Amino acid sequence: MAGNRTDVCITGLGLVSGYGAGVEAFWEGLCSGAPSLRPITRFKADQAACNLAGEVPPTISAKDYVPKHYRKGVKVMARDIELAVVAAAEAVRDASLTTRMHAGDGEASAATTYPSERSGCHIGAGLLPAEVPEIAGAFATARDRASGRDDRLSLRAWGTIDADGAVAAGGGTVGGMNNLQPLWMLKYLPNMLACHVTILHGLEGPSNTLTCSEASGMLCVGESTRVIQRGAADLCFSGGAESKVNLVGTVRSQLLGRLAGHEGDGSLTLRPYATGDTKGTGTVPGEGGGILTLEREDLARARGVRRYARVSGFGAAHTLPVAVPVLEERHPPMSKAVQARRNGLSLAIRAALKDAGLGPEAIDVIVPQALCVPKHDAHELEALREVFGSRLSEIELVTLPPLLGDCAAGSGALQVAAAALCVRHQRVPARVHGGGGEGGMRVGAAASREARVRHVLACTGSLAGQNAAVVVSAAD
Amino acid sequence: MSRQQRRVVITGMGWVTPLGHDVDAVWSRLMRGEGAFGRVSRFDASTFATNFAAEVRHFDFGASFPSAARHASAGDSTKYALVAALHAWRQAGLDGFAGFDGSRMGLYMGSGEGPLDIDTFAHACLASFDPATRGVDDGAFLRTALAEMDALNELEQEPNMTLAHLADAFGLQGPAFNCMTACAASTQAIGEAFEIIRHGDADLMFAGGSHTMIHPLGMTGFIRLTAMSQRRDGYTTAARPFDQTRDGFVMGEGAGMLVLEALDHAIARGATPLAEIAGFGSSADAFRITDIQPDGKGAVAAMSQACAQAGIDPSRPGPDGRPAVHYISAHGTGTQENDRIETRAVKTLFGALAPRVPFSSVKSMLGHLIQAAGAVELITCVQAIRTGWVPPTMNLVNQDPQCDLDYVPNAARDLGPAGGVDVCLSNSFGFGGQNDTLCVRRFR
Repeated sequence: MAGNRTDVCITGLGLVSGYGAGVEAFWEGLCSGAPSLRPITRFKADQAACNLAGEVPPTISAKDYVPKHYRKGVKVMARDIELAVVAAAEAVRDASLTTRMHAGDGEASAATTYPSERSGCHIGAGLLPAEVPEIAGAFATARDRASGRDDRLSLRAWGTIDADGAVAAGGGTVGGMNNLQPLWMLKYLPNMLACHVTILHGLEGPSNTLTCSEASGMLCVGESTRVIQRGAADLCFSGGAESKVNLVGTVRSQLLGRLAGHEGDGSLTLRPYATGDTKGTGTVPGEGGGILTLEREDLARARGVRRYARVSGFGAAHTLPVAVPVLEERHPPMSKAVQARRNGLSLAIRAALKDAGLGPEAIDVIVPQALCVPKHDAHELEALREVFGSRLSEIELVTLPPLLGDCAAGSGALQVAAAALCVRHQRVPARVHGGGGEGGMRVGAAASREARVRHVLACTGSLAGQNAAVVVSAAD
Repeated sequence: MSRQQRRVVITGMGWVTPLGHDVDAVWSRLMRGEGAFGRVSRFDASTFATNFAAEVRHFDFGASFPSAARHASAGDSTKYALVAALHAWRQAGLDGFAGFDGSRMGLYMGSGEGPLDIDTFAHACLASFDPATRGVDDGAFLRTALAEMDALNELEQEPNMTLAHLADAFGLQGPAFNCMTACAASTQAIGEAFEIIRHGDADLMFAGGSHTMIHPLGMTGFIRLTAMSQRRDGYTTAARPFDQTRDGFVMGEGAGMLVLEALDHAIARGATPLAEIAGFGSSADAFRITDIQPDGKGAVAAMSQACAQAGIDPSRPGPDGRPAVHYISAHGTGTQENDRIETRAVKTLFGALAPRVPFSSVKSMLGHLIQAAGAVELITCVQAIRTGWVPPTMNLVNQDPQCDLDYVPNAARDLGPAGGVDVCLSNSFGFGGQNDTLCVRRFR
């Protein structure tokens, strides 16, 4: 909205995805049009519906992105946390920031670009699943032998107090849980992404962890923007990270009917918005993280850093009814309490456009979720048609999941990053598509190309009905 | 009036707590200093080092919620949130409100994860674990899990499903967020919801939190961290914040929900403001993954931001000579570290006035509701403003010499004779270094 409000700009893109770490690898990958999807190496996936994933190369480890004294901290990082730590370090590099990580701490510390208390952090996260080998090893010490059910857990054997009320030393009939490391839970708490990033970079301002599945990252970009606009911080680390490339994540995605069938040779090409014949649709697990540095524009300008784009608009809204197949199949219809039925994504997009002071005609490029799961794509298509009407077929489209897989809580920040890069380079990346109806949108395969890009809309729905939209605009 | 200056009031409140599900009834029990502690009944915790908790009891979802069947698959914490939200909805007078516009009404929750089916998960683990290699047969895990896990149950574990159920039940289509900042979450959710209304992104927000970690892995996690009391032989008085003998928190569960509303919106529809949200502060310790910054720097930052936004200088007495804050709802978990450092932070902020500010922890009666704690505690602050009474810190027999403030020990206090309660702070600090404070005051 016009007026004297504080402008917020994007100065750093810390990105990690199937293309590896770094903004350069990301943009080159997107422009090449070669998907980063490969057979899963993290576990043996041949019993899953899909054996492909947008897996971050296993050589990328948080160990290489933290100071030496912090390396033991990596032992209590689930993969999602590592991705956030890597992305944050990349963002700092890209934005030419000096944070605690490089300035050091204490009396002898060098000056950081921003004071700690003016630096915030908003990171989206998923539900971090316990690593199966780790917890299975502990469960195996508490099998239900008393009932002769060796493949079941005995909670009595899991606890640590023996029949006399004494604390067991372990190895007897009780004590199973002692086989988990004491800090076990801290490896999986969603807010540990932001916890490690705030510690590493000395971010003592407003901080949050949002858990709205795929909408998490974009909601964080919106919240960071509002935090800077209201004067509560000058710099925010903003985005999200998640890995779906693990046993539990794969099981959940498959049970929810989201996965595409695999093709052993790795030739699967996803089909966003495919209409009609939905055979062969579905998505593949991905993993990734995007941490963006958002700064008060006048301060960024004053320090002379490159500005990718401005965050000019943000909107969020909830869709009703929630379009989760398993929920719809097993529940009675909507309660009478619900008087409205609106596509929340279109509400979010309209709110973001209004916030940016723009009409739909101003949007040059859209970076939608394009999850490739028919139900989600239909919801998104309905919203985009509602807002953009027949002009939709003329707007350039950037579809990331065919290249990256489903990066879940990491995806929103990667979308906003792609949007900012389109503005920066006046170019749109390549698109790939496995064929099928295209719903009146530019979804078909296309090479990367130059384009006039002033305003880009990034938008996403989510598993449970939350939607977010962000408009980024040329910085000057 | 510019939207930046929009005032935000509370027009509805509801909670589901271990002491009951009705705001006034639970308040009476808190005024009597009742505790809600018992042996864990949800699962066999008989050999757990902490085998007691404050469980929600006598909760009949089917009888408490009109469209209960549609939400039958939801986890307990979502059901607590639905019932708490219904009470808030009714108190706010939203039943039958003719001007209802769902797109201007949002949700900001600090809800925890849904229910893990531990038996099935453990079975998939054990069916695939090879003791010889200490590795897992991935194929066997996938086969077992895909065959035995229930899709809907897995879905309900997602922490944003509480939002989905609430949005569905009440027709809320405005901005929807769920945050998980551990024990600070619902205070943060209410604070951000307040900012969303101030900014004009919504006119009304349902805000709060819900959580239960009274399940095997939740209890396991905290037992391994040695954060919970292990006073198995004296569990009814195990929650003893600020006492020298405190040995950790006692797990609770439940939900707290508030209807926050732009004052202009509330007035236009004739709603009654119960109190006003006057300030919100949020900070990160950015210190260590397990320890609190020893000076309480992060807590001081959160409290001082909340006071500044409310236009309060905590180091100076108000016009009546009393401290400008009349009551602080402590985070007060009953861990050695929290209570000492929170005390230090209050002393830093209030200086010489600190001993004159009543500062108590209802966790001594309700247990620690984790992500829901902040919302429930904010409701106690509103009740303090409405009644002039402040709740006690129970089980405070041997006060820690390092905790030397006025914790309202062992008996509720009527502040009416002293001038009542107009301004309160509510503190919540999370594992991972998140600090949030809300300032709530009498609506005038």
